[in-house]
Amino acid sequence: MLKIDNLHAEIDGQEGKKPILNGLTLEVAAGEIHAIMGPNGAGKSTLSYVLGGRPGYEVTQGSVTFNGQDLLDLEPHERASAGLFLGFQYPVEIPGVSNVQFLREALNAQRKARGEEALSGGEFLKLAKEKAGLLKLDMEMLKRQVNVGFSGGEKKRAEMVQMGILDPTFAVLDETDSGLDIDALRVVGEGINAIMRAQNKGVLLITHYQRLLDVVQPDKVSVLAGGRIVATGGPELAQRLEAEGYDAVMAEAEA
Amino acid sequence: MSDAAILPTTRDESWRYADADWLASADPAELSQWQEVSVAAGESQADTSVITTDGVTRIRVNLAEGARYHHVAIIGADGYARLEVEVTLAKGAHFEFGGVTIGGGEARQEFVTRTIHAEPNATSNQVVRAVQWGKAIGNFLGRIDVHRDAQKTDAGQNFRAILLEKGASANTKPELEIFADDVLCAHGAAIGALDETAAFYMAARGLPPQIARKLLVQAFIGDAFAEMEDELAREALMETALAHLELAVLEQAGDRE
Ligand SMILES: Nc1ncnc2c1ncn2[C@@H]1O[C@H](COP(=O)(O)OP(=O)(O)OP(=O)(O)O)[C@@H](O)[C@H]1O
Ligand SMILES: [Mg+2]
Repeated sequence: MLKIDNLHAEIDGQEGKKPILNGLTLEVAAGEIHAIMGPNGAGKSTLSYVLGGRPGYEVTQGSVTFNGQDLLDLEPHERASAGLFLGFQYPVEIPGVSNVQFLREALNAQRKARGEEALSGGEFLKLAKEKAGLLKLDMEMLKRQVNVGFSGGEKKRAEMVQMGILDPTFAVLDETDSGLDIDALRVVGEGINAIMRAQNKGVLLITHYQRLLDVVQPDKVSVLAGGRIVATGGPELAQRLEAEGYDAVMAEAEA
Repeated sequence: MSDAAILPTTRDESWRYADADWLASADPAELSQWQEVSVAAGESQADTSVITTDGVTRIRVNLAEGARYHHVAIIGADGYARLEVEVTLAKGAHFEFGGVTIGGGEARQEFVTRTIHAEPNATSNQVVRAVQWGKAIGNFLGRIDVHRDAQKTDAGQNFRAILLEKGASANTKPELEIFADDVLCAHGAAIGALDETAAFYMAARGLPPQIARKLLVQAFIGDAFAEMEDELAREALMETALAHLELAVLEQAGDRE
């Protein structure tokens, strides 16, 4: 359902343009959870931002097709209503805007774009309560300002509540497990399974740790290094990385 | 009174950011008029001003012991518009001010306050938010006088501006005349662009740029209305302020930073 072909992208930063993705090719079929692992600075977050259409991240070559449609041709908000969800490595604080207001506006904007009817205030709250319950997040947290004053772990849990409410068909989750305590990791992992494990859905799961993969069992694992996919395998690849490290596994892939 | 005949110029401290051309052709008599407000001991009063036409409005407020006065104002005029508030606080009185300037084009919108803490234990708090685009200018000049025996004065001022386009600007200058020693005066000021990281986060959840940026502006100016107790009045004022936003500007704000 997501097909990335020979993707090259650069970041327009303060010191000028810097190429980060160098011919990245990857395909995730419907029904699949595909884990991405890779060293710090490899370009994992960059990949997620490029997929989300973040300003300043420029595609210079290659293509991304999402359910047969040219993803790169869509505006960021159009990608969301087409079914794409980005779980941020660092969720953003929005002072003065409550989670409830933000998510209701977002959901109804998506529904409108898809020609569906808006949810009423009551319907929305019922849905929000259900998803907050699934992630064991206190409903009171959703009445507070978006991510303001949330702990690192609470932010990640709130991201998954957002995903539950918006119900995307494809999620790119960038280190959703970082900052979570052991119990929260299990809750979030099971949340991902509950929301995204389905025939018509897919996930790109960016992580550094096997622990999350024990809960969300990926169908495939790829290693991203130097802006490209350098190895792809089954769940056993993650276990080898955990045991042997990137250097050993990558040296073998190059050989 | 002699000052009735003298026209201020931009060399006068409290007129430094004013529109010089407008001032030169102004009617001196009109500029020297004050609306008077007095709040009796222990009483409270709340007023709102919505200024949509050019000109100068001046309000002089006298707060007796323990009196409270809350003024919330929006300036959305197209040319030069200025609201001046001068408040004198007796013992234990409180002055609360919330101001929003919002406009584009050639608008020059300003709040000028003078808060006179004449007696001990009085408090004041002023929150001003400016949202400008085009070549518009938003100003806040807040002078605070603390008299010699006005111990335990607590006076706060906070000014923040969001410039939606490159040509817009904002100015602020706190002026403190403090003659007591046991005094708290907090001042904060920041001028910047709309938070584009937040705007992208909102887009990633499906909000079109116009709605996302409007929500951000709403949250930003909401600070100036935060102390209003009447929720309906607060929402109505928010609507009034947001009606001045030009949606086309919101659509493109990110590209023109
Ligand atoms: N705004 C920016 N300006 C310049 N360089 C940037 C910018 N953002 C990221 N980079 C650089 O791009 C490279 C890839 O960063 P990215 O965040 O995609 O890595 P990552 O694989 O997600 O790493 P991590 O595992 O640490 O999260 C890094 O070298 C980083 O320093
Ligand atoms: Mg990263």
